Amino acid sequence: MLGYAGRILYLDLTTGKNYTEKLNEETAKKFVGGIGLGMYLYLSKSKKGVNPLSPENPLVLSVGPLTATMFPTGGNGHAFISKSPATGGVGESVSHGTFGTELKRAGYDAVVLTGKAEKPLYLLIDDDSIELRDASKLWGKSSLEVEDLIKDEIGDFYVRVASIGLAGEKLSKISCIINDKTRAAGRTGLGAVMGSKNLKAIAVRGTNDITISKPEEFFNLVKEFHERMKGPAAQKYRTTGSTENLMLQNNMFCVPTRNYNNSHFELAENISSSVINQHFIAKIIGCNSCAMRCEHVAIIKDGAYRGTTARIEYDNLWAFGPNCGIDKLNPIIKAAERCNYFGLDAQSVGGVVSFIMDCYEKGLVTKEKLDGIDAHFGNASALLALIEKIGKQEGIGAMLANGVKEAAAKIGGNAEQLAQHIKGLEVTGYDLRCLKTTALSCAVAFRGADHNRSGAVTFDLRGKVDRLKAETGRGKLVKDLEDQFNIIDSLLVCKNSKGTFYKDVEEMAKIYNAATGLGITQQELELAGERIQALAKIINTREGLTRKDDTLPWKVINQPISDDGPVKGAVVSKAELDLMLNDYYQARGYDKQGLLTIAKLQELGLTEYLSIIEHKE
Amino acid sequence: MAKLHERKFISADPEKCVGCQVCEYACSFGKERAFNPTKARIRVIRENQIHNIAVTCRFCEAPACVAACPRGALSQSINGSIVLEKENCSGCGWCISACDYGAMMLHPVTKTVYSCDLCKFRADGPQCVKWCPEEALTVVTSDVLAQKARLNAIKKLFQTPGETRNQQPKETT
Repeated sequence: MLGYAGRILYLDLTTGKNYTEKLNEETAKKFVGGIGLGMYLYLSKSKKGVNPLSPENPLVLSVGPLTATMFPTGGNGHAFISKSPATGGVGESVSHGTFGTELKRAGYDAVVLTGKAEKPLYLLIDDDSIELRDASKLWGKSSLEVEDLIKDEIGDFYVRVASIGLAGEKLSKISCIINDKTRAAGRTGLGAVMGSKNLKAIAVRGTNDITISKPEEFFNLVKEFHERMKGPAAQKYRTTGSTENLMLQNNMFCVPTRNYNNSHFELAENISSSVINQHFIAKIIGCNSCAMRCEHVAIIKDGAYRGTTARIEYDNLWAFGPNCGIDKLNPIIKAAERCNYFGLDAQSVGGVVSFIMDCYEKGLVTKEKLDGIDAHFGNASALLALIEKIGKQEGIGAMLANGVKEAAAKIGGNAEQLAQHIKGLEVTGYDLRCLKTTALSCAVAFRGADHNRSGAVTFDLRGKVDRLKAETGRGKLVKDLEDQFNIIDSLLVCKNSKGTFYKDVEEMAKIYNAATGLGITQQELELAGERIQALAKIINTREGLTRKDDTLPWKVINQPISDDGPVKGAVVSKAELDLMLNDYYQARGYDKQGLLTIAKLQELGLTEYLSIIEHKE
Repeated sequence: MAKLHERKFISADPEKCVGCQVCEYACSFGKERAFNPTKARIRVIRENQIHNIAVTCRFCEAPACVAACPRGALSQSINGSIVLEKENCSGCGWCISACDYGAMMLHPVTKTVYSCDLCKFRADGPQCVKWCPEEALTVVTSDVLAQKARLNAIKKLFQTPGETRNQQPKETT
């Protein structure tokens, strides 16, 4: 079983005891790696109803069968899996960079962390040596500082680090885990899970060989994908970057603006990707093994924030820009940098700031309540002041640091109608009212409002389907795309590289086999994608999520797009949502309540979880 | 000793290198049939997000590593590469301290030192150069490097005002 490291590390942070178990071939083939293997391990080590921030909630870190190989983008990913403090369901977030490669070379496919350290510690994995070290000097520091401090302390520049910032330490439900300084496992609040264990950082150094089963086949595929990555499939990422989406989507009136009050940002040109590239991007860098390189590193060259460095993508640009009504890049880049500093999920931060701005403008909160911050849409200093408060959980920040769902409950009144979230996770930069396939995919996404659980948004944006229509057939489309994304996140190739897999799963199976020699068929891998989706469903079902959680934010259902333009009046009605949900559940083989059936579990070879499902039926 | 114009080594263009480490993988697989940066003859260093560069042996004119070896295990070949007589190497690491570039390394298994030999036994040449997706690595002579530097300096000198290298990130980063 090449490709895989073949071992799982279990570590109890309460006692410091650790042991390893072999990863057997059957488990590897069934769950692939990454989020698939991670959710499987999570399920087997966790109990129903566990408090996400308690010692009993395991935090799983995993890599994939291609990690630390030369397959472009396959070499560099890792995933964190746990129960999300934000959604109460499965939490997972994937990140790239170099961190995962060291873990794989150290000899582990996954690490399962349980318990809670008595005092702040960090974990040092150096091949077979597992050491918990004092982190009192690191506590309170940012991920950027922590990485340098650990490298200094160990005296090894090539040690790779994933860590939490102040937000994770303070158990913020919108905190993330940052690796390689600018890369984040951003969504679902897993920084807080790490913080709840008093675990400041994981540092890894691995020196073992990674060997592959069929070198000739493998290198032919590498060559082929290198070529493809120089071509049109990766062009956007290689050149202007994902920020290109802004103008494209703005022309289509699908950029959620000012917390969904508009779907078009009239000032978008001021923050377009051409302005960003011309004035801010100092370098485009790549993750380990990547032949696309897409990380656009922005540096502010003048003014009060001179020297500020942050990675700019569409997602954080949207979150602080249109979503908060801000058309100035200096504060947007500064906001991105401050989120990295505190270890906050930029998308969710943009979500809570725009939410509170909306509440403020609608008179639901007063200026006094906001510690004197004049939180009008478009006020960049209010954005930055609020981020500082959220990061430190001071004043109003303490309430906002747990996301819009909790903040809305505390504010009361109609605030819930302004809280743009699904399952407790803040929405991303795609106006779901006029992107209806995306709306369905976000409603059913197991981790909450996120376009990254399927590629449905591409179908809406590129006109492969009528984006304003809710019709039968979208369910099957979303299902197939979800299954593919599950494979992508379990092989752990980069989602940005999806377009280079011209034949989708057929080619994913090829590269899997060239690396591992396990001889999986395309059908088997597709079934694995479906199985991984079912695992997530099992976790969510166990934790009490039902059909009523597969829903959309209030504004998406009740507040039609008001902007004059091609999609004026667009909205996803409850009837349309129900139609699409029924269609989706049918395509998935779920029952009408959106639950797994016994027959489906049998088909997927997951009968060990029958009791969870039977209990619900 | 070869003449200056004949001595070639691998050089990374800091403008083009993105720090992806593909060269490390290509090198270690070519040499050791395994992906393992700790066995690669070329190493990537990312000092910060902006500063990325791959570093390997530069086949110095007066190699400090050779001079430093107290056991006479190192010598320089006619093409400039550093040659090791394994039986004389004790793995003491003096050559590693002497090399200003970190191009000399101690092999984790053989416990003797090693450095880039331009894949001299391979028909298709240096594997890092072959696989670098950014075409940031080239086999050059010192003279060619100087030529390139001159050309770049001239381009910058005559750049039209306001035009920066970031205007067309596609080609120039």
